[in-house]
Amino acid sequence: MAELDTSGGGKKGGGKVRTKKQSTRVDLTAMVDLAFLLITFFILTTTLQKPKAMDLVMPDKDPLKDVRLPVPESRTMTVLLGTKNQVEWFIGAPPDHLVAGPTKDNFGKNGIRKSLLEEGAKIKASSGKEMIVLIKPSNKSTYADMVSIMDELNIVGNQERAIVPITALDISLLTRDGLN
Amino acid sequence: MPRVKVARKSTATDMTAMCDVAFLLLTFFILSAKPKTQDPVHAEVPASTSIITLPENDFSTILVAQGKTFFSVEGAEIRMETLKGMADQYKIQFTPDEIKAFANVETVGVPVNYLKTYLDMSSKERSQVAQNGVQVDTTDNNELFWWVKNARKADIAVHNKELRIAIKGDSKEEYPTIAKIITTLQKQKVNKFGLITSLRTVTK
Repeated sequence: MAELDTSGGGKKGGGKVRTKKQSTRVDLTAMVDLAFLLITFFILTTTLQKPKAMDLVMPDKDPLKDVRLPVPESRTMTVLLGTKNQVEWFIGAPPDHLVAGPTKDNFGKNGIRKSLLEEGAKIKASSGKEMIVLIKPSNKSTYADMVSIMDELNIVGNQERAIVPITALDISLLTRDGLN
Repeated sequence: MPRVKVARKSTATDMTAMCDVAFLLLTFFILSAKPKTQDPVHAEVPASTSIITLPENDFSTILVAQGKTFFSVEGAEIRMETLKGMADQYKIQFTPDEIKAFANVETVGVPVNYLKTYLDMSSKERSQVAQNGVQVDTTDNNELFWWVKNARKADIAVHNKELRIAIKGDSKEEYPTIAKIITTLQKQKVNKFGLITSLRTVTK
């Protein structure tokens, strides 16, 4: 590998003494080795993929002025987040003004997403407005559940949503269906 | 009849091109490098389909895992300014050395009254300190509230920009812990923040 061209010099016959012409070739093997070693080091220590984030907008909670708007129960879907990544949803207000549900559901393409799409379409057809989704995480639900439901809403393209505190009535519903 | 001899070729190859490529890649990696920050606790972030990338400046992260909360803010200048704000708030005098030391502290996870002792340590000793997280509850006066508030003030003072806040939570974290942080943020009218997630593809 390491080569040094020494053929250019030497005395040939008489005449002038020539300076040796040395080759300019340098063995680069070691340098390449080093470079690749450093590349490996930098690949391993850097975070190439930047973390992604989902934006979460919470309703303004000003204690001085109440900016709550009345919303029709008939186009409000409430999603309760229970234990073990399960959810329960209903439309309307329990116990007397239920339009649909309460139905147990889970995350996934045939779970809550299907319900969101179907119910959203029904409400849009009857009232011409988008469905309002209220998310009520129970104390047993995890952070992953909250992110999942927000993500499902992003996937179905619902913008009218809010995370609101759970009520005692909702908790009793969850307990009845074994999700608390 | 003489044998046909196969000429022996030298095995030496020209490394110049390879060397060029290697150094080009090396330069690229060095320039794009941002060292991995070591979180005091590991958080398994949930997956979502969101593709918004986080900004690198004017940005703060609240790490939540194992029931503990940690606060971090990007940028040495903003960190120092934040600490000065905290010093005023809690009436603690920090020496210039301590403030300088704080510029290198990536994540805060100790109570404010312990911070002075913490900053006086060498970085090696600091890594051995068990961090129990920043105190956070539903009152108006919790430490996280003031950390966030002072970091926001610092960002406006240094860069004249509104600080972006993101929550990096562990998937298994129970919702009440997250709710406390959201309430803390909402108390200072931060109603929009990010949730750090890993990328997931939509299953159709």
